[in-house]
Amino acid sequence: MRVVLKSIFTSLRPSLATAALVLAIGPGMATARTPSPLSQDDVAWLRRDGFDLDTATVARYRDLGRSRFLDRQLDDRDGDAVPPQIASLIGSYEVVSTPTEQLLANLRDEQEKIKAMPDGDDKTAAKKAQQEHANLLLQQAQQIELLHAIYGPNQLKEQMVWFWLNHFSVYGAKGRVRWVAADYAQNAIRPHALGKFRDLVMATLQSPAMMEFLDNAQNAKGHVNENYARELMELHTLGVNSGYTQQDVQQLALILTGSGVAPLRERPMLERHPRVAAQFVHNGLFEFNPMRHDYSDKVLLGQKIKGSGFHEVEQAIDLITRQPACAQFISRKLAAYFVADDPPPALVAKMARTFQRTDGDIADVLRTMLESKELSTSYGKKFKDPMQFVVSSVRVAYDGKPIVNAKPLINWLNQLGEPVFGRLTPDGWPLDASGWSSSGQMAKRFEIAGAIGTGNNRLLTPEGLPRNGGDFPMLTTRLYYDTFDPYLSAPTRDALAKATSQQEWNTFLLSSPDFNYR
Amino acid sequence: MNRRDFLRAATATAMAAPAFSFAGRLFAAPASAPRFLLVFLRGGYDCNNLLVPYASDFYYESRPTLAIARPDTGNVNSAIALDSHWGLNPVLRDSIYPLWQKRQVAFVPFAGTDDLSRSHFETQDNIESGEPSGQRSDFRSGFMARLSGQMSSVPSIAFTDALPLTFQGGTHDIPNISLRGNTKPVFDTRQAGILAGMYKDTSLASAASDGLELRQTVSKELQDEMMKANRGALNAKNFAAETQRIATMMRDQYRLGFVDVGGWDTHVNQGNVTGGLANNLSNLGKGLAAYADALGDEWNNTVVVVVSEFGRTFRENGNKGTDHGHGTVYWVLGGKVNGGRIAGEQVAINAQSLLQNRDYPVLTNYRDMLGGLLGRTWGLSGSQLQTVFPGARPRDLQLA
Repeated sequence: MRVVLKSIFTSLRPSLATAALVLAIGPGMATARTPSPLSQDDVAWLRRDGFDLDTATVARYRDLGRSRFLDRQLDDRDGDAVPPQIASLIGSYEVVSTPTEQLLANLRDEQEKIKAMPDGDDKTAAKKAQQEHANLLLQQAQQIELLHAIYGPNQLKEQMVWFWLNHFSVYGAKGRVRWVAADYAQNAIRPHALGKFRDLVMATLQSPAMMEFLDNAQNAKGHVNENYARELMELHTLGVNSGYTQQDVQQLALILTGSGVAPLRERPMLERHPRVAAQFVHNGLFEFNPMRHDYSDKVLLGQKIKGSGFHEVEQAIDLITRQPACAQFISRKLAAYFVADDPPPALVAKMARTFQRTDGDIADVLRTMLESKELSTSYGKKFKDPMQFVVSSVRVAYDGKPIVNAKPLINWLNQLGEPVFGRLTPDGWPLDASGWSSSGQMAKRFEIAGAIGTGNNRLLTPEGLPRNGGDFPMLTTRLYYDTFDPYLSAPTRDALAKATSQQEWNTFLLSSPDFNYR
Repeated sequence: MNRRDFLRAATATAMAAPAFSFAGRLFAAPASAPRFLLVFLRGGYDCNNLLVPYASDFYYESRPTLAIARPDTGNVNSAIALDSHWGLNPVLRDSIYPLWQKRQVAFVPFAGTDDLSRSHFETQDNIESGEPSGQRSDFRSGFMARLSGQMSSVPSIAFTDALPLTFQGGTHDIPNISLRGNTKPVFDTRQAGILAGMYKDTSLASAASDGLELRQTVSKELQDEMMKANRGALNAKNFAAETQRIATMMRDQYRLGFVDVGGWDTHVNQGNVTGGLANNLSNLGKGLAAYADALGDEWNNTVVVVVSEFGRTFRENGNKGTDHGHGTVYWVLGGKVNGGRIAGEQVAINAQSLLQNRDYPVLTNYRDMLGGLLGRTWGLSGSQLQTVFPGARPRDLQLA
């Protein structure tokens, strides 16, 4: 016994070794030989905090304890680094290696070239190649999001990146969105996922993806397009029936005139109009063009906003994001994703108070939620949406081991009906169980659990090569015994006991209600 | 397995495993309840080379390479005259034309939506939702789900991989399963039983067991069916093989169905009586004829409607194809439909009658037409129809 303990001590950090020594001489010495299972409360909390578990997450949690673990996540101190193999896979994608501005410039050049071609087979082939290229860029953007979700060290942040991508949903197949979707996730959403809500709104407002998707790129004085103005209040900030009027939508649309995507050419005309030039706002691919802006004075939500150019937009977003309705709407949606389909009003109210007190600090609102007693009474009742299911299955099954091909992940999400950047309407995918639990959807989920559990997939086969043979993941690991096993429901335990192979056992576990609810 | 055997087997299953609600729900539909299948042609099919406006000189001017010749008994590649204005693409001679002669198919030209985006996805969504364009109140609610909700005893099913929008947002479970490919279930009976067993104490008990059981049942049913037909293909390689499978499911178990067929976005080299579009139409025609055939007597109690998100440009483009348009032609088929005619409001076809000098106008809105048709088929009240198609003015084109 002593010898065994000694070898463990050497692998432990001094402070923990002392604690373990105390245990070793007490009655609990048997449990001191190996880290004991996490408590049921810890497991349940951690499964909500991330896309379920992997060994690295559990180790960090054991090491830091919940409070410091959460602090690090909310302060964004864990970084976004993924394992080197995954980083190089992502780095190999054109959408990453080519600057977005260059992608759009290439697109413009291609389009001009195609336009100049005489009608015929060559032109047709060129058009087709352009579409295929665009689809490839979108698939790369989807794969990047999935790979970050699976391998990102700050799982709370990774969930928030998906949550905001879904909240500020853009549809890949519209306009030039396929060329800018990866930029949207990386530069508009990710940097603000745990920051101030106002900054997040401003970042999406200044993204080419959102400007294209909701048509604000076309919104100009005399040609007003209300689409973005409406959804900005209805879906992004205040919620429907929260008190704003059609008049407010129209006024906000006027405020937003001139905000759009920067053209990719120099405009020497501007230099001849220095006063106009001074009003221009450029921020990456975003442009506020004063020539397209309606400079009249506006009234929004009862507040007068003087016609002044882009400053109107900043005033309007400040005003909107400081409405009590915004605090309530965002808090409720967060709680609906993390806590319960129909979240307890008391919790939402508490989160909304934090939102207002901190001027919309997302991390603080999350802390209120993740430390609430309402969270702990909801454990085991939240059904995973397909994104949660696919990402968490791969996390548990491969446990940090790098996959080499992310295409199957995209296919599974397509089959389950929840592709990233695939929601046509601007409302984003549903967050409640009823959207994902029809009989056909359940059967499909079991089939995908089977594809992952039996290894009958191409995750470990580089794209374009013949499939590697027979590898299947091992799910009966320390991770499993320390977290899932002690708390399994009787029906799931019975089912696992009936498995006749490791592959089948894996499939049953990933299909089980214990895994699919969190 | 005949219907009686199947009933007995289903009852036995229901008694043996009451947790399997699927079997119990199978026969909730009264045998006499009518059947409705919506066939969605995704991509916007070129209706002008299905239903040929052969009386229009403008058609022949607009389509120098794509037009289908005027009816001519000496030319098998000419349009088949349906009346003094309209002809049928001759690739449908052996499939749809016999149904026309039996007055079991009607065409509704100038049909479609009031969505002018000419975007595939927007317009498909628009139709599936069944809500007025620009005023959609619930992005997650489809008209077939609402229709299904109005008739609790009408079992519904989508023959698709993912649950289509039109069947989303309903009050009860609507299963989906694609009969296109290999229908061999992924799990054997033992595995399916174990998987379902895990959910027996949860609110998803019936969804889990129904989903698994549907795959088992479908596979078994189709195997029986295929053995009978002395045809063993596991993959439905053409639409006719798929519709025969659909007929097997719709004959006994389901009353409201949805299936989609892709590949209609013919911007390039679409051809006329040969080529991509002709192949697609031929495949579709054979599929619908096979469906009618496979239903036997029950074809008399069946309505099939074929829709697409929009029509195409009336003029051919520079690539011997057609681009996104607006108004299209819907098909209505069934043993007892009021067919053998071109239904709904029409206009003479010339440059002036085109919408935006580009494509067919819409004179029959899909919501009004389907509202009228479904109202008549199932005797739905005005308020029920308003739930299915809010704000629609159902128009009875005397189709069923």
